[in-house]
Amino acid sequence: MKKGISYTQAFGTVLKRDLQIAIRHRGDIFNPLLFFVLVVTLFPLAIGPEPQVLTRVAPGIIWVAALLASMLSLERLFKADYVDGSLEQMLLSPQPLPLMVLAKVLAHWILTGVPLILVAPLLAVLLHLDSNSYGALIATLALGTPVLSLLGAIGVALTVGLHKGGVLLSLLILPLYIPVLIFATSAIDAAGLNLPYDGQLAIIGAMLIGSLTLAPFAIGASLRVSTN
Amino acid sequence: MVEQLKATTLVSASNLTCIREERILFEELSFEITEGEIVQIEGPNGAGKTSLLRIIAGLSRPYAGNINFKGEDIIRCRDEYNDELLYLGHLAGVKSELTAEENLNFNLRLCGYDGFDTREILSKVNLSGFEEALAGHLSAGQHRRTALARLWHTNCKIWLLDEPFTAIDKKGVEELEHLFLAHAKRGGCVILTTHQDMGVISDDVLRKIRLDYRFV
Amino acid sequence: MWKWLHSYADPERAYKLSSNLLPWFATLAIAFIGIGTIWGLGFAPTDYQQGDSYRIIFIHVPAASMSMAAYMAMATCSFIGLVWQIKSADWAAASIAPIGAVITFIALITGSTWGKPMWGAWWVWDARLTSELVLLFLYLGIISLYASFEDKVLAARASGILALVGVINIPIIKYSVDWWSSLHQPSTIRITEKSTMSTDMLYPLLINIVGFGLMIAAITIVRFRSEILARNGMRPWVRELAKAEGVK
Repeated sequence: MKKGISYTQAFGTVLKRDLQIAIRHRGDIFNPLLFFVLVVTLFPLAIGPEPQVLTRVAPGIIWVAALLASMLSLERLFKADYVDGSLEQMLLSPQPLPLMVLAKVLAHWILTGVPLILVAPLLAVLLHLDSNSYGALIATLALGTPVLSLLGAIGVALTVGLHKGGVLLSLLILPLYIPVLIFATSAIDAAGLNLPYDGQLAIIGAMLIGSLTLAPFAIGASLRVSTN
Repeated sequence: MVEQLKATTLVSASNLTCIREERILFEELSFEITEGEIVQIEGPNGAGKTSLLRIIAGLSRPYAGNINFKGEDIIRCRDEYNDELLYLGHLAGVKSELTAEENLNFNLRLCGYDGFDTREILSKVNLSGFEEALAGHLSAGQHRRTALARLWHTNCKIWLLDEPFTAIDKKGVEELEHLFLAHAKRGGCVILTTHQDMGVISDDVLRKIRLDYRFV
Repeated sequence: MWKWLHSYADPERAYKLSSNLLPWFATLAIAFIGIGTIWGLGFAPTDYQQGDSYRIIFIHVPAASMSMAAYMAMATCSFIGLVWQIKSADWAAASIAPIGAVITFIALITGSTWGKPMWGAWWVWDARLTSELVLLFLYLGIISLYASFEDKVLAARASGILALVGVINIPIIKYSVDWWSSLHQPSTIRITEKSTMSTDMLYPLLINIVGFGLMIAAITIVRFRSEILARNGMRPWVRELAKAEGVK
C-alpha cells in the first residue's frame, strides 16, 4: 500500500472530481449564467433604452449582476459534499485542507466565473458600453471574479451547516464584495474616459493575491466549525 | 492480560465533556485505547455515541478535555493523526454522480494512496460488475459497501466506524467482523458503535464503553 | 500576567470580576458623558461657519470613533477565543456585537442629520458615511450569524471567523476614505498634527469620546454577565445564584 500523493496530485484529484461532477450536472453551470444575462436585460426595461443613460450605468449593472450571479452559484459550493459526508472525509484527509479548498474554489470559478467573463462582452453590447471600456471590463472581471469566489466561499463555508442559507449568506458576503465592486467599476469608467486604469487593476490584483493566500485558511477553519 | 498492558496506547481521551444545546451528554470521560483493541461504544439513542466518535475523530471539539494521539493533543498533530485515522460516519461520503470505481479512487487518493487496483478492492466487497454503475443507482447496501471498501486497502491504525453494519447483509457483517479481528491482530484498533449483535467477535475480545442518557 | 488572565477564563470568576467592575464603569461613564455633553452643548463656542448645528459632533464623532473601536475590541476577543479557546472571550465578543451595531447606527443617524444643514440632503454618499454603513452591515452579519447557530459554542467560533475576516476589510474602508474623500469634513482630530479645532471645542469632544468608550464598556459588562449566566445555566454556581436571587 503505497502512499505517495504529492500536493499537486491531491489538488488535481479534487479539481478533477469537482469538474467531473459538474459536467454530469450541467444545469448547475448554466443557471447562474442565465441569471446573469436575465438581470442585465431587466435594466434597460426598467430605466429606459436611451443609449447615453445605458452607457453611463453599464459598468455598474454588469458588475452588480456578476456579483449576484457569483453569490447565487456559490451557495452550492459545499452543500452537496456536506450533505453526503464527503466534506467530513476531506477534513479528515492527511492532505492539507486549504489546498483542497482552493481546488474546490478553482473548480467552481472555472465553471461559473469563466463563462461569466465570456458572456460579458455580449451584454456590454446590449448596454452600449463605451468601446474603450471592453478591455477594462474583461480585465476587471478576470481579476475580480476569483476574488468574489474566494471571499464568498468563506461565507458559504460558515453557513453550509445551517438550514437558512440564502439571505444570511448575502448579508455575510456582500459587504466584503464592496471594495472589489468599487475598484472594478471605477476602472471601467476610467477606461471609458480614456484615462489610465492600471492603478485600479493593480489594487484588484492585490486583493486577488491577498484572498488567494488568506481565504483558503479562513474557509478551512469555517468548514471545521460547520461540520462540528 | 499481560500482553495487553504492554501494548502501546494509540488514542486516549482525558476529561471529555460534551454539551449539546445546553445539555450535558457526558462529563469527565477518560479512557485509553491501545493497539489490538476492539471497542464498542454503546448506549441508548441520544446518549452521545456519535458525538463521542466525532470528537475522537477530531471533527467536533469537546466542550472541555482533549483527545491525545501518542501523547500529543490531536489539534496540534492533526496531519499525523489523520494519516493514521480512518473514519466512516453515518454519511457514507459517496458521491451519487460518480461511479463506484471513481468514488473509491477519489477516497483512496484523498488518503494519499497511489498505485492501487480499484477493481480488485471492489471485488472484496462484492461489487464486481458494478464498478461502472453510478453510485446513485446502487442499492443502499451497495452504496454502503462502496464506502466500506476503503477498509480493505488501508494501513491506518485507528478505525472509527459509526454504525458500520447499517444496510449490510448477514454475510457482509461476518466478513467485516473478521476484518476487524485481523486488523486488531495486526496492531490496529477499532472503535465502533452498533446496535446489532456481533456473532464473530465475542464479548471477551470486545471492550465496551457505556454512555447513558442523562436527565438534566 | 498570563496566568493571572487565565484564571479569569473561569466563568464564575469572570462573573464576579465583572460584577465588581460594573459600578465603576457605569459611574465614570455617566460623569464623563454628563460633563462632556453639557460643556459641548452649553458652553463651547459657536462655530463661525456652521453656527450651532456643528454641535452634533459631540455625539457623532464619539459614536463614529467608538463604532470602529468596538469592532476592533470584538475582533480581538474573537481572536483570543478562537486561538486559545477561552470561552469568556467568546462571550465578550458576543456581548459587544449588538452594542457596536447600535453605536454605528447612532453615528449614521447623527451623521446624516448633520448633513441636512450642511449639504441640504439627508443622505449624501460620502466616504465616511458609506464606510459606516458598510460597518453596520458587517455588524449585522455577525449578529445574525451568531443567532443562526443553535449551539452557541459553534456560533461564537463561526462569527469569530467572520469578525476576523471583517477586520481585514476595515483598513480597506479606511483607505477608501482617503481615496474618495469628497464632500465630508476633513478629519479634524489628528494625533500627530496640531488640531484645527479650538481647544474649547476639542476638550468636551475628547471627554465625550472617553465617556462613550466607558459607556460601551459598562453596557458590555452588563451583557457579558447575562451571557455568562445564559451559557452556564446548568452549572451549580449559577443555580445557587438564581436561588439566592429568589428565582425558581
